[in-house]
Amino acid sequence: MIQRMLAGGLIAGFAAGLLGALLHFAFVQELILLGEEYETGALVHFAGVGEGAAEASQDHAEGEAAQGHGDEEDGGSALTRNGLTVLFTGLIYAGYGLLLVAGFALAEHFGRRVEARDGVLWGLAGFAALQLVPAMGLAPELPGSVAADLADRQIWWFGTALATATGLAALAFGRGVMPAVIGGALLAAPHVIGAPLPEGFHGVAPPEVAGEFSARVLGVGFATWAVLGWLAARLWSRDA
Amino acid sequence: MREGNARAVGCDGKEKTMNALNQTAAKTSTGLMSILFVALIGATVMFVAGHAQSATLHDAAHDMRHATGFPCH
Repeated sequence: MIQRMLAGGLIAGFAAGLLGALLHFAFVQELILLGEEYETGALVHFAGVGEGAAEASQDHAEGEAAQGHGDEEDGGSALTRNGLTVLFTGLIYAGYGLLLVAGFALAEHFGRRVEARDGVLWGLAGFAALQLVPAMGLAPELPGSVAADLADRQIWWFGTALATATGLAALAFGRGVMPAVIGGALLAAPHVIGAPLPEGFHGVAPPEVAGEFSARVLGVGFATWAVLGWLAARLWSRDA
Repeated sequence: MREGNARAVGCDGKEKTMNALNQTAAKTSTGLMSILFVALIGATVMFVAGHAQSATLHDAAHDMRHATGFPCH
């Protein structure tokens, strides 16, 4: 049982993670690098458009966005940086894969078999719980954007992911009215509470780039999660 | 072979039933523990790779964190 879960979750996770990394370099990385050019001041938003340029540079010095990114200052090559991105994308999807197969096993424990086609739905539910719905409050952050206090954001993020996953499970597997009501309440609660927001919006990266970045991140996540769910369930049902 | 097993259990049907129930309960408990264990590993991997704030981890996982929508820094 445990071997079946570990093997299926890890294999499906790393395979989906490789696809995710491929899609990351096709769609997302160029926007991260562009955002960092604004973040470091190599590019300036509003440059040549008016006096806004000077204000933007000043904001950069004060804003939270200026933190981080020691990797470049340490002289890390692009190869190392991108290699680590592939590694960590594989790792994070392996974690997702283990969570998914634990869900499959729990469903099977209660007498519901999970086939490959069900796995796609499971994957999309995972995408909703861990990426799409948290993004409604905390949009994927382009470097050069500002955001609220990190600890507050992490707490809201974890609470939202947990409430959304539990709410979706209650809707999908509950019987009768009460589970549906509880599920609905859990799905709504994080948004009633509201995500922590920064005190002001003074990011140095252009909103057009940030919007494109968020949309691409979610699109890549959608595709990768669908494949992860399908693959994990296929391995899971094959070993049954 | 099957007859041999049946004889080994003997004619005490009650004992046999109790054993079967105990075995089922133990299996269920082991199953749930395994599920919890795997879910915990998955959650730990997600926390360490995606959320832990050590500087080295942050730098190494930086692009992935931005690209999965985790709160990064």
